[in-house]
Amino acid sequence: MSDLRNHAEAIAEQFSEHLGVSAEEVEDRLATLVEEYKIPADEARRSVTNHYLDQAGLEREDISGGGGNRQVQLAEVDAADEWVDVEAKLVDLWEPRSDSIDQVGLLGDPSGTLKFTKWATSDLPTLSEGVSYRFENVVTDEYEGRYSVKLNRTTGITELDEEIEVGDDAIEVDGALVDIQRGSGLIKRCPEEGCTRVLQNGRCAEHGEVDGEFDLRIKGVLDDGLVVQEVIFDKESTEELTGIELEEAKQMAMDALDTTVVADEMRTETLGRYYRVSGPKYGRYVLADEVEELGGPTDPEATLIRARSI
Amino acid sequence: MSNAAPTREVAQRVFAREFNDASYTFKESDDERAPLYLLLPTGARANRVFFVGTLTEKNDVGEDNEYWQGRIVDPTGTFFVYAGQYQPEAATALREIEPPAYVAVAGKPRTYETDDGSINVSIRPESITEVDVGIRDRWVVETAERTIDRLKTFDDEANEYASMAREHYDLPVENYRQAVATALESLDEIEAEDDGIEA
Repeated sequence: MSDLRNHAEAIAEQFSEHLGVSAEEVEDRLATLVEEYKIPADEARRSVTNHYLDQAGLEREDISGGGGNRQVQLAEVDAADEWVDVEAKLVDLWEPRSDSIDQVGLLGDPSGTLKFTKWATSDLPTLSEGVSYRFENVVTDEYEGRYSVKLNRTTGITELDEEIEVGDDAIEVDGALVDIQRGSGLIKRCPEEGCTRVLQNGRCAEHGEVDGEFDLRIKGVLDDGLVVQEVIFDKESTEELTGIELEEAKQMAMDALDTTVVADEMRTETLGRYYRVSGPKYGRYVLADEVEELGGPTDPEATLIRARSI
Repeated sequence: MSNAAPTREVAQRVFAREFNDASYTFKESDDERAPLYLLLPTGARANRVFFVGTLTEKNDVGEDNEYWQGRIVDPTGTFFVYAGQYQPEAATALREIEPPAYVAVAGKPRTYETDDGSINVSIRPESITEVDVGIRDRWVVETAERTIDRLKTFDDEANEYASMAREHYDLPVENYRQAVATALESLDEIEAEDDGIEA
């Protein structure tokens, strides 16, 4: 896809609520400026954007994008489909689940952390872990109560000189793993771009019957006798928790002609053990970034003294 | 309560000594699906329990279908668990695990009336897994802590389950403090330290 086409689509998208202008029409206008008048693409884009602003009787702040966004702290993101600017440090890059995702991971700022997704089609520069950036024009998203931001081809990315401090919004819970819920073990996810929903009988709630992609996950319950906390272990932490890796899990399921054997084995390996888990809280769940199995008691003598002192 | 979204009930930590003294069950709403609670003598409601002990014996006491009984012993007494066709995972575990073995159990208290009219209490397990001695010891200390917490608030005026326990059980809670001390004294870690002092 050409640069002009990218710019044209971005502009058409910005005005989609105000003008019925097609990407082709915008591209023609840009092409005239760039190819005939040899105007730099950035300048052409500004000029074309202003043209449509005039036409729609709008100010720059009225349209999504265009640099007039609200700059927000990551923890303030609490709604989907808002165009915002953020300044954040890239704290963690994850393995993209699909070819359509170029980079996915975690951004951090003093208020906390937030997932981000960068699409392969967005044609943006590659981001590096540990670097702080200013992102202009990102779109917020929500899935099952968890918020994220999506970078798109209109997103402006500037590397910052100063490092952004990352607040720690991880919480720590410990207790006995008393249950592993349905939807755990070897699962299949919808391969549609940005979906990743877990399939039920080969069907995605949104996209119908699809050829799913295998993944590992545990939805577990930690219980310390006072409170219960639901925890989600992603592929990496599930592998760490159970010692069963994705390839091995697939093999187990193939041998048994049944995927449920994987969850059964995971139950045998983990239920009734004590764990300490830390990670960010999303909705009802703690997402387990760090997992530690707890061994014998640390100080039984102190408890005995307490018992004798009643 | 009835307006709240259904939330998972916490698994109480209780030693066998106290658990087996319990007999009174109750619901807190008229809803058919409202959780059933067992009243613990130290003043707490238990819809679910979690415990770790030694499986010392197991028997298939079923006639037509498998119905497993297991005896699981902690430092203060014996828990009885029963698992049949409606608890397939726990039944499989009881079939496969050879005693003696340390096991962790999550399950629901159940009461039944015996022929002589007394109430017995047992556990319908949700899961049974084989674990090691470190986990058993951790459970003993944790259960001691939780029991001490209950004993310390037993005389609080606002403790509604303690009042309920006084009403339904004529049992001195001092028994359970002694059970806690007995359980802790049985741990190897404690003995090791005592040996150290004597030497």
